[in-house]
Amino acid sequence: MKSLKAQGHLFASSDAQMEVLNKSDHEPFDSKLKDVGLYPFKPTGIDIFQVNLGKMCNQTCKHCHVDAGPDRKEIMTRKTMQQCLDILAVHDIPKVDLTGGAPEMNPNFRWFVEEAAALGKHIMDRCNLTIITANKKYNDLPQFFAKHRVEVISSLPHYTSLRTDSQRGDGVFDRSVKAIRMLNEIGYGIEGTGLELNLVYNPTGAILPGSQETLEADYKRELKRRFGIEFNNLYVITNMPISRFLDYLLVSNNYENYMQKLVEAFNPNAAGKVMCRNTLSIGWDGYIYDCDFNQMLDIKVKSTAQHLSDFDFEGLNSREIEVNQHCYGCTAGPGSSCGGQTS
Amino acid sequence: METYYKPEDLKKFGNIGEFQKKLADKFFDYYGEVFKEGALTGREKALIALGVAHAIQCPYCIDAYTSDTLEKGCTEEQLMEAVHVAGAIRGGASLVHGVQMMNQTKKIMM
Repeated sequence: MKSLKAQGHLFASSDAQMEVLNKSDHEPFDSKLKDVGLYPFKPTGIDIFQVNLGKMCNQTCKHCHVDAGPDRKEIMTRKTMQQCLDILAVHDIPKVDLTGGAPEMNPNFRWFVEEAAALGKHIMDRCNLTIITANKKYNDLPQFFAKHRVEVISSLPHYTSLRTDSQRGDGVFDRSVKAIRMLNEIGYGIEGTGLELNLVYNPTGAILPGSQETLEADYKRELKRRFGIEFNNLYVITNMPISRFLDYLLVSNNYENYMQKLVEAFNPNAAGKVMCRNTLSIGWDGYIYDCDFNQMLDIKVKSTAQHLSDFDFEGLNSREIEVNQHCYGCTAGPGSSCGGQTS
Repeated sequence: METYYKPEDLKKFGNIGEFQKKLADKFFDYYGEVFKEGALTGREKALIALGVAHAIQCPYCIDAYTSDTLEKGCTEEQLMEAVHVAGAIRGGASLVHGVQMMNQTKKIMM
């Protein structure tokens, strides 16, 4: 499967996506925030520096909001990574969240992790699992992660191959199980080792996710029973109606029902705890966004500091967060963030 | 094309109160209470609802409880087993009347 960009698809353009999102007559998201006293939407701090190391990936998942894949060449340069490190060195931002694409495919990935770890930061790597088995040069990633106490966060949309492969590609489930075994062997996901392996569930269709607690119990029981593998926590994430998932919703004639569900499930408590309130999202080219989804829709922060070159901690910490209709995805039901359900 | 069942009508279910509010309110309160977690989990109740939806052949209920069971984390296999439960009960309900047929046959035949 090619990326939308390689296909020359309309939704390779963020403008085309925004047009669809704003065409429906659902209540504007900012007006919903006004109703519950959360507008203008402001940060509660900057605790997480989420860095997109590039859009290149060894997989082409059907729902990917990044439109990542092997044909994407956008990669963060070492110079931009150094800018990130310079900022992290002087500001009290405790967590660095690495994402992509497959962040490990960035040639400077290991250097960046070593440098960030030397600064005493807690590092999270959004690892797609299959990269570990994709090539010999990645086989020692579990040992590398362990050395730097990296928290590994990995998508596994279901504990059956049917559901996982239907979203992430043929054979992905089996290769993911193999990678989890490699991680388990050195202590990842095993209680008491301090090496965190957290899995991510997101629905494989036009439905909202169920209870995180119930799904986590299912995953733990079934993955242990079927494959003898373990993990720490399950993060349940709602699919955002953007990029490839937006295309899927429209092609399968599920868009209106899905948006209606998201809007009807708006939860003010979840809205107060969404990730954009304590996160900055950095694009591969150094531009700054409120979250990964705004990044993919090219909605930059409302600040004079829109690029790492102009970084201004105080200005960014008092900015107004940009919102639009896709934000209903993070505020539906128990809420959704990169760390799972929020309320 | 005109059809008796329109998928978009499911969203209008709540509107039945327009013609008789008191009874609709009582029904929806009761409905909400029934599906709360109790001695049975929400997932168990949703699977029962899916089976019943097939037994009574309600297309609205089938759509609603297919989504609901999937959202609650059920697998395709579990959904189909619930449908088979409905099929077994419906089929069994026909077949058990075979005893009546046999009784009658034996009564009227030499």
